[in-house]
Amino acid sequence: MEMSIQMKKKRKKRSAADMTFIICNTIFMALFVIITLYPVINTLAISLNDGTDALRGGIYLWPRRWTFKNYTTVLQKDNLVTGAIVTVARTVIGTLTCLAANAILAFIVSRKRFMFKRQLSLFWVITMYVNGGLIPVFLLFKGLHLTNSFWVYIVPGMLNAFNMLVIRTYMEGIPDSLEESAQLDGAGYTEIFLKIISPLCKPVYATVALFVAVGQWNSWFDAMLYNRMSDNLTTLQYELMKLLSSVTNQGTSVEAMKNASGAVTPTSVRAAATILTMLPIICIYPFLQKYFVTGLTLGGVKE
Amino acid sequence: MFVCLLIYGVVMAKTKIKEPKIQITWKEVRRQKVLLIWSAAIVLYGVIFCYLPLAGWAMAFENFRPKDGIFHSPFVGMAKFQQLFSDATFIRVIRNTLAMGVINLAVTFIMAIVFAILLNEITSKGAKKTVQTISYLPHFLSWIIVTGILHDALSGTGIINEMLMRFGMIQQPVDFFAHPGYFWPIVAFANVWKETGWNAIIYLAAITAIDPSLYEAAAIDGAGRWARIKYVTLPGIRATIMILLLMSVGNVLNAGFEIQYLLGNGLVQGVSQTIDIYVLKWGISQGDYALGTAAGIFKSLVSIILIVIANQIAKRNGEERLF
Repeated sequence: MEMSIQMKKKRKKRSAADMTFIICNTIFMALFVIITLYPVINTLAISLNDGTDALRGGIYLWPRRWTFKNYTTVLQKDNLVTGAIVTVARTVIGTLTCLAANAILAFIVSRKRFMFKRQLSLFWVITMYVNGGLIPVFLLFKGLHLTNSFWVYIVPGMLNAFNMLVIRTYMEGIPDSLEESAQLDGAGYTEIFLKIISPLCKPVYATVALFVAVGQWNSWFDAMLYNRMSDNLTTLQYELMKLLSSVTNQGTSVEAMKNASGAVTPTSVRAAATILTMLPIICIYPFLQKYFVTGLTLGGVKE
Repeated sequence: MFVCLLIYGVVMAKTKIKEPKIQITWKEVRRQKVLLIWSAAIVLYGVIFCYLPLAGWAMAFENFRPKDGIFHSPFVGMAKFQQLFSDATFIRVIRNTLAMGVINLAVTFIMAIVFAILLNEITSKGAKKTVQTISYLPHFLSWIIVTGILHDALSGTGIINEMLMRFGMIQQPVDFFAHPGYFWPIVAFANVWKETGWNAIIYLAAITAIDPSLYEAAAIDGAGRWARIKYVTLPGIRATIMILLLMSVGNVLNAGFEIQYLLGNGLVQGVSQTIDIYVLKWGISQGDYALGTAAGIFKSLVSIILIVIANQIAKRNGEERLF
């Protein structure tokens, strides 16, 4: 009798500790979500609010004076429109070429009978650890006439050891018997790659495509370094960066107020441009979750 | 180049034993023709874009002049390296890179593990999924957007100043970007904000792989939630933690370019400039290619030494190795 009371007491005590844990954990997660989402929602609110009015501050989650003027201003800015077109082009072309190139390389090095399997793998793995660095690469691209050219966004990043390893790991999991039976039927390596292996690799292709596409969409440094002189080759993120520096230079000063044409300010225009830039990503990524989870786990298995 | 050979040697020595050598015969060559042609194209590409820049390292030992090229510029030995290390700015830049690299590594690493473990403790599947989806979001935003957000949040009328003033902790808005003391914490926080959810993915996957019967056994033995985390979850993901830690150690010097470049300004440049920014400033903007290359080589060498050391430590402790 006494013992069972003691046990009950003990259990009660334990569940009390567990309750504290659950409460603390919930608070932590709530804070985490708020801190993650607040800046995005705040930017959205500012982008939908009258620019001059926003300078007074106090806009948090909801616009005070609604307007779409910031968005119409953004869409009328030629450099932002050019940036958007170039960014879409480099994302589409860059993703497709990069995926194709890495898939071919991964296919080759995952063939069991290929004679230079190890050497070719190693040739790429080394590039993960050693690279020439900024200056030699810059001079090389200059020498290859890749500067002031759209192709600097596409060609240099086409093959990449990490993406290759992710695809290779996946391909190595496909049973050899498939390849062998196809070979008995007279299929060459090209057919095996296109008709047998690739259809099975759709999930890992999706993963790599997602990684590459996000990288392409978000990059700005190559635009600044190699194509600074070509206004028609600017990218969305680079234009956004220019907007950011114009905002920080002017600050929320009286001068900014004066410079603000009508109801828009650099801050509000930047907010609108930021929302437009992140919109495609926000819309797409939740649906691709399972792919990048697989990708990361595969990427963890190296060499 | 000798470093490549070193790594090549190490990897080959380790892997050679595993598989029997594939015989190279004419029959095989004919059979693998397509593979060989593609490999040749790929190797050519790799030589041009990945290995040719390594030849550019020669610039660091020359008084490099673009019009004379690598082959005709006068050789100066280690002079550029001496110039580099007698430059007080460069020494400060190394300190900044290391400090921010280590701080960022430590905080993002710990936060990712804590987040993964706590997220795993949420029992409601829907809530877990929602929080996880939201946690990935910042990873997909560019540093341009993140720094824009930081500027908004930390500006004079931003939410942080607003809250600090409301709670009476400060009288005047603080200009966070004007004080060198705030720079490293801001960078660390930004990294945590951006990458915690993403970095947690791999730990969550590792936690899923833990045998559920271990939790059941622990529960029967009377383990509460804390005890289960301490004695089941943490030991279960120990190997993952170790390998990721080792991988990040080699990347410590890579931890800083975009955010420091975008957030840095004249007032904080003493603490904000990293090796990469130094290379960009001297190499590209000032046109001193040789000095920029020398700084780049220094960074590469330190990174490789760090990787090798990390690998050795892993080997000694019987953990998984990187290569």
